[in-house]
Amino acid sequence: MAAQPDMLVDPDLAQRVLARALRRGGDFAEVFAEDRRATSAVFDDGRVEELASSRDRGAGIRVVVGETTGFAHTADLSEAGLLAAAEAAASVARDGESRTVAFGDRKGVAVSGALRPGDSVPKADKIALLARSDDAARSAGSAVAQVSASYGDSRRRFLVANSDGVLAVDDQVRSRLAVSVVAVGDTGRQTGFESVAATSGFELFDRTDVAELAWAAARRALGKLAARPAPSGAVPVVLASGSGGILFHEACGHGLEADHVAKDTSVYAGRMGELVASPLVTLVDDGTVGGEWGAFAVDDEGHPAGRTVLIERGVLVDYMWDGVRARKERRSSSGNGRRQSYRHLPMVRMTNTFLLDGADDPDGIVSRTPHGVYVAKLGGGQVNTATGDFVFGTTEAYLIEDGHLTEPLRDANLIGNGPEVLSRIDAVAGDFAMTPGTCGKDGQSVPVGCGQPTLRISSVTIGGTAGA
Amino acid sequence: MPETSVDLARLARSVAEQAGSGEEIEVYASRSVETDVRAYDGEIEVLSQAASAGIGVRVVVGGRQGFASAGSLDAAVVAETVREARDNAVFATPDDHVGLARPDGVAPAGLELWDDSVPSTPPERKAELALELERRTRAADPRIRQVSSADYGDLAVETAVATSTGVLVGSRRTVCSLAVSALAGDGGHTGVGISAGRRLEDLDLERAVADAVLRSTRLIGASKGRSGRCTVVFDPRVTATLLAVVASALSGESVTKNRSMFAGRVGEDVAAPSVALVDDPTDPRAFSSAAFDGEGLACRRNALISGGVLQGFVFDTVAARRAGTVSTGSAVRGGYASTPVAGCRAVQLAPGHQSAEEILAAVGEGLFVQSVTGVHSGVSAVSGDFSVGAEGLWIRGGSLDAPVREVTVASTLQRMLHSISHIGADVEWLPGLAAGQTIAIADMAVGGE
Repeated sequence: MAAQPDMLVDPDLAQRVLARALRRGGDFAEVFAEDRRATSAVFDDGRVEELASSRDRGAGIRVVVGETTGFAHTADLSEAGLLAAAEAAASVARDGESRTVAFGDRKGVAVSGALRPGDSVPKADKIALLARSDDAARSAGSAVAQVSASYGDSRRRFLVANSDGVLAVDDQVRSRLAVSVVAVGDTGRQTGFESVAATSGFELFDRTDVAELAWAAARRALGKLAARPAPSGAVPVVLASGSGGILFHEACGHGLEADHVAKDTSVYAGRMGELVASPLVTLVDDGTVGGEWGAFAVDDEGHPAGRTVLIERGVLVDYMWDGVRARKERRSSSGNGRRQSYRHLPMVRMTNTFLLDGADDPDGIVSRTPHGVYVAKLGGGQVNTATGDFVFGTTEAYLIEDGHLTEPLRDANLIGNGPEVLSRIDAVAGDFAMTPGTCGKDGQSVPVGCGQPTLRISSVTIGGTAGA
Repeated sequence: MPETSVDLARLARSVAEQAGSGEEIEVYASRSVETDVRAYDGEIEVLSQAASAGIGVRVVVGGRQGFASAGSLDAAVVAETVREARDNAVFATPDDHVGLARPDGVAPAGLELWDDSVPSTPPERKAELALELERRTRAADPRIRQVSSADYGDLAVETAVATSTGVLVGSRRTVCSLAVSALAGDGGHTGVGISAGRRLEDLDLERAVADAVLRSTRLIGASKGRSGRCTVVFDPRVTATLLAVVASALSGESVTKNRSMFAGRVGEDVAAPSVALVDDPTDPRAFSSAAFDGEGLACRRNALISGGVLQGFVFDTVAARRAGTVSTGSAVRGGYASTPVAGCRAVQLAPGHQSAEEILAAVGEGLFVQSVTGVHSGVSAVSGDFSVGAEGLWIRGGSLDAPVREVTVASTLQRMLHSISHIGADVEWLPGLAAGQTIAIADMAVGGE
């Protein structure tokens, strides 16, 4: 196979590197070469504070021998650099048979679908976008004391080749805009945040109402100046459509990752075919949803992105898999092998994880709730997969009294246990929406999407300071 | 593998010297080697050996700053990085406060932060440590049903900072750690044990095992708590987490940009009179101690709160100019790909005289919190709102009693600082930017059933 301009490493060289990696034996070897360019800009305190560019290029090589993985990475993509990294990764192998590798058909798309990748957009256009955001946020009210608008784009090209004959490339273009607002009043300071992010070029901002986004961040901060403390204790909670979807990411997503399951560090291990959630819950992980923040053509192990139904009408039907875990179980990868960069080993990660629509009406769900908490926007969350206990935080919430939204509430975490909370979902509407986020696992961050329609949990503990 | 022969300080200086008339250039260069080993079920699950190097370049011209970074020290890449930083500066808004550090005459602390044993010990020996950690944890107690991870990790990093304004410093440090996560009982109660140091011989494997076992097994049978208000006693690790959030609100960057609950409060009572807080990166006990800050100025001891009264903030060069003061040698940066920002490195609360047991006895009734979750989603250094998930044990009759899980603990940081009733003598230094000890805080809201 001849070298092609879109290949970071010549396939013939990749073959030699894999052969070197398997010189002392091994069940599997892989070379992952990556070139990442990114720019970011921050508009803070009313001025362009900084425009930054970064460039990172290198390769990570792994060798799997039985239950053991050897890994090394290098910023040197020359033959000498790659072979040295292959030697280091192979240090876990002993006295095995060497072998050679042949590639099958190349998978993936070398050309991104992005119309205007960030590296083709004038820097002045990126700055102008931030200035518009800043203007809009500041015009939301005189109590707006500080605005920080940040823009980021990245272009990540990679080639992955392995001893199973996989040779795949991808070209992932992402764009993001976030606005963070501080409002100051008699009651102190409050914050508001909103963002848009997609696997897309700069055209994302042609279809985004930037002023509305900035205004939403400001409204969140301003609204909380008059907020009362959230209740403390168990209450019914209504989550607005697209309020974060982080509920499912934490309540069961991580627990459905095959590495946690294999180590029996998930409350969902050994429960295949069982009812693990309310029958209203059908949960899907889908890396193929065009343009979403967690979408891609091939995963970081060269497997095509896939759609996996995880929970169907409350019944656990599948887990998420990466290549190594799938090999052990003699099944195929579900396209969930992801890594932060060439400096990291891939592991099982979510892509875009979402709850499918139900039949209920969002307003009806609220009006049928005599007393509770309405969450319009969630922040982050965290889970212990072994116990299933998880938390997720509100960044915009209201009290529900007599079926109506009344007073705004200060930020608080909600705490629950995955299977228990999922079984208490007693209403799901038909107004699905997605939200972008960043997922951290074992020190690695990857972009993910979360989504859900308006839904109600009959009882969950909220950690405010007022009586429930 | 990266260019191991390159002298980082010389490289940084040669680039900084390219500054043209009216232009300032700062170069931050770093190089590191690291080894990570994870043991699982009696075997090495992962052995990772890696070397990295990179450069970050700031260019300031006419009050405009541009930044660029690259994960390479290759000459052509470095030249492109300088060009890109210059081009980025064009788009910034001019700001008189923007500029690079200038030598301020403060002498660096004499710290020995490097030990050859970290990079030179063969990976096989490091792998043995991880295997032993896992084996001993599994064998320590029949109630341990799983060890989900047993890790050895180390890092040896060299850095250099040079500016066209006269800064030229180099430093290097090593760190190594053991961390094990044990699951006990049917509930999967999790306990993490950690030991960290600058030399392999600093690592206390037995201590890491004992911590993981104690922390997981004492939660067996934990049930949900009931809602109410009570005194909460924080484990040293939780205190360190709490202090790290307080420290972030003491950054001159946050304060000058109206993002801190402490803005405008210097000289006021912000905590109980027994509270004295300093940031002292020159303390060799601190895991994160350093001779130089991220802009190449000497790190120094900065008093933050004394007798409950707010003394001041920590500053880098730009935040200091904005506040009309001078840098406190407190620029921190996340690596070559990040610009410096004002922040604390080694925060410590002046210890009291009581042991953890004495504090529990004095408190009598309350909640002992062993670990918290959701700090990033439920604690704000801007508003001070504090709401976290917690697990631990009830305190009954002055000692630890039944285990509890799935409760929330809430208040505001402002109220919590004023309500600190006891500060322990049991200071623990662990990885992170703050030390911790047992503390008791009165009247917090506990949310449960």
